[in-house]
Amino acid sequence: MQDNPKVSGSLRKRLVLTLIGGAALLAFLLFLAVRNFAVQVAQQGQDNILFASASSMLDAASLRDGVVEVDLPYSAFAMLTTPADDRVFYAIYEDGTFLSGYDDLPFFGSLDDDRPRYRTAQMRGATVRQISAHRTLIGANRRINLQIVLAQTQDALSETLDRIFRTAALLGVSFFALAAAMSLWVTSSTMGQLNRLTTSVTRRGPQDLSPFRNPVPQEMAPLVKSLNSLMGRLDHSLSQSEDFIAEAAHRVRTPLATVRSYAEATLQRVDKEENREAMRSMIKAIDESSRTAGQLLDHAMITFRADQMERREFDLVELLRELVLQLAPIAEMKDLALNLHGAPSVPYAGDPILIQNAVRNLIDNAMKYGPAESAVDITVTAGPPVRITVCDEGPGFPADEIDRLTTRFARGQNAEGKVGSGLGLTIAQDVAGAHGGSIELSNREEGGACVTLLL
Amino acid sequence: MRYLVAVILALLALPLAAQDWEDRQVFGAGDAAVTLRIVSSTDTDLFAPLIEGFVSANPDIAIEYLVTNTSDIDKRFRATPEAFDVAISSAMDLQLKLTNDGYAATLEGVTHPAWAQWRQSLFAFTSEPAAIVVNRAAFEGLAIPRTRQELIEILRAHPDRFRGRVGTYDVRQSGLGYLFATQDARASETFWRLMEIMGGLDVALYCCSGDMIDDLIAGRIAVAYNVLGSYAEARVAGDGPLDIILPSDFRTTMMRTALVSGDSPRPEAAERFVRALIAYTPEGAAAGGGRSLPPLAVEDPGADRATIPLGPALMTFLDALKRDKFLEEWENAVVQD
Repeated sequence: MQDNPKVSGSLRKRLVLTLIGGAALLAFLLFLAVRNFAVQVAQQGQDNILFASASSMLDAASLRDGVVEVDLPYSAFAMLTTPADDRVFYAIYEDGTFLSGYDDLPFFGSLDDDRPRYRTAQMRGATVRQISAHRTLIGANRRINLQIVLAQTQDALSETLDRIFRTAALLGVSFFALAAAMSLWVTSSTMGQLNRLTTSVTRRGPQDLSPFRNPVPQEMAPLVKSLNSLMGRLDHSLSQSEDFIAEAAHRVRTPLATVRSYAEATLQRVDKEENREAMRSMIKAIDESSRTAGQLLDHAMITFRADQMERREFDLVELLRELVLQLAPIAEMKDLALNLHGAPSVPYAGDPILIQNAVRNLIDNAMKYGPAESAVDITVTAGPPVRITVCDEGPGFPADEIDRLTTRFARGQNAEGKVGSGLGLTIAQDVAGAHGGSIELSNREEGGACVTLLL
Repeated sequence: MRYLVAVILALLALPLAAQDWEDRQVFGAGDAAVTLRIVSSTDTDLFAPLIEGFVSANPDIAIEYLVTNTSDIDKRFRATPEAFDVAISSAMDLQLKLTNDGYAATLEGVTHPAWAQWRQSLFAFTSEPAAIVVNRAAFEGLAIPRTRQELIEILRAHPDRFRGRVGTYDVRQSGLGYLFATQDARASETFWRLMEIMGGLDVALYCCSGDMIDDLIAGRIAVAYNVLGSYAEARVAGDGPLDIILPSDFRTTMMRTALVSGDSPRPEAAERFVRALIAYTPEGAAAGGGRSLPPLAVEDPGADRATIPLGPALMTFLDALKRDKFLEEWENAVVQD
């Protein structure tokens, strides 16, 4: 019954891994995107300043009497001031001939158009961003191409980028942490729905086969639907079994009664002592079969009734009085007295049919073990717990077996020669269990066994 | 072994190099483990208190102090950067260019205001304004000028009294003079008018502040323009014959800077020395007596623009074309033959 289902993978793990993996990937992409964008923007910024500086240097150039003059504006270099004190290099060429600045900084632009050229290169052990720009100066009788190369290290740029990278990394990590937390939360709340359904299935009484009514998420509706349909089918087949048992009880008991009456009639007509003995054995066997069948069916009925027990208010004393009246003829046949003691009225909420059945089996047992001309005492006391005690004056329970006797089909060692299946106590115990109670076995000091039904 | 070789080389080099320097002195114990070669434009007597303080706190280090003018420092340093450990100069532009060109070592973890250092390599440790210094006697009966404009007016009004008795830097020779001149020229047109007046009065041109102050004290000249006030004050403590005027129209303040050579054979000792310079405070200046350098201004001078900022813009006037143009203009104004 406790067969563990085969497990393959975990929805929770799969959800969490997918969501967290996705979040990590997104966070990384976010970081890369911010990083690339920052690099572009920062580089663009530096290029713009280099361009402004180079332009102002070119603008300061003039031809005077055919000689190039470059009156470098102070601002040209001032605007290249950075918080990281970046180094600055420049070179000025006239038609490719070095004029001033740093002669290890060659012109790399194109003279075909006026667009400045940028590049990143190594210079004097540092990475520098370079711009090449040029301008044609037109004098009275000559044209001169003035070229300017300007280079700046990228310390401030790297510092800015480092800051941005750190921020971007922090952003990515925060995004990831948030997404991870959310994915855990989403997963656990999704799984919570499944857990709730599981709990409500587990918590049900073993025989509660009513459909689930609590609202469930849309995705779980098919599952609940099939579960309900399965339980519906189960319920149906259970009630069919109950019907079958009732039918079987009827069909077994009636022919047995017929056979017994024939056997008794035959007994009256048989004179030969050995034949009479045989007939008596036969009747005894029939009685035993009949009783066993009755008890088996009782037990089966009790099992099903207990599963779907309906409690209702009734008076226990009233119920027992009826029972005693019913059994009185049988008792008289055995010369036994049935005495009902206790309160005049004990109201109780339970299944009267089950309780009647249990007590009948107890009285049956008491009558079986009680010697002729003795009394069976039935005592009811109001609870809680309500106690119904049935005592006989027979041999009592063997002291060493008192604990074992309530198991199904077990009979006392001293029961030899008595008709019985051992089901009586089991039935009583099942009924007590269904009502949330138990049974107690004891022996009377003056002799005789007592069974107490605690409800 | 390396140390021994260094000592031998230094000993061999000393007699040869000695006559090339304006001054050369060795401070510290003869048995010091390390001898730093410091090349500086600052007169030894002004700098001595600082060095003595350092060698007494660091007895393992001796210092060979070499003095020459700022342009010469730049030239020599570029030629043999490994021959010097520290370069100290008042020519901020030349020092900055040395640093920009990669001759200076970066000192990690030095806390110094951003405006007083460049690339953690070039460190300013004094604030010294350019001053108009006058011989009070020569101005008898005249108001002492407080601004350049007033100086121009006085010179213009009394050409006979001042002819041949005005002095300033020869910016062609003096790096500091060139720095002051270019910064003045940036600041105001007054500079050019003053130069023209001074040129018309047969201005005497000097290579160094020291000589100018000597002539002022001796009364050979009456007024010197763009002299380092710190030098003048150091020379005439208290009631000397000189008045030191910090022009109230605009000021030009230079910061003396130090750098550790990137090729210094003794970088640790050199760094210790520069760190000691940076720690130079007003208290330290006072302890040195009257003859010492003014320490770095405590506050950020950015607001009043008096102090020449350390930045790549300083390289503008070092450009060969720009320099030629400036000198041409300057000669046109000053050297009127």
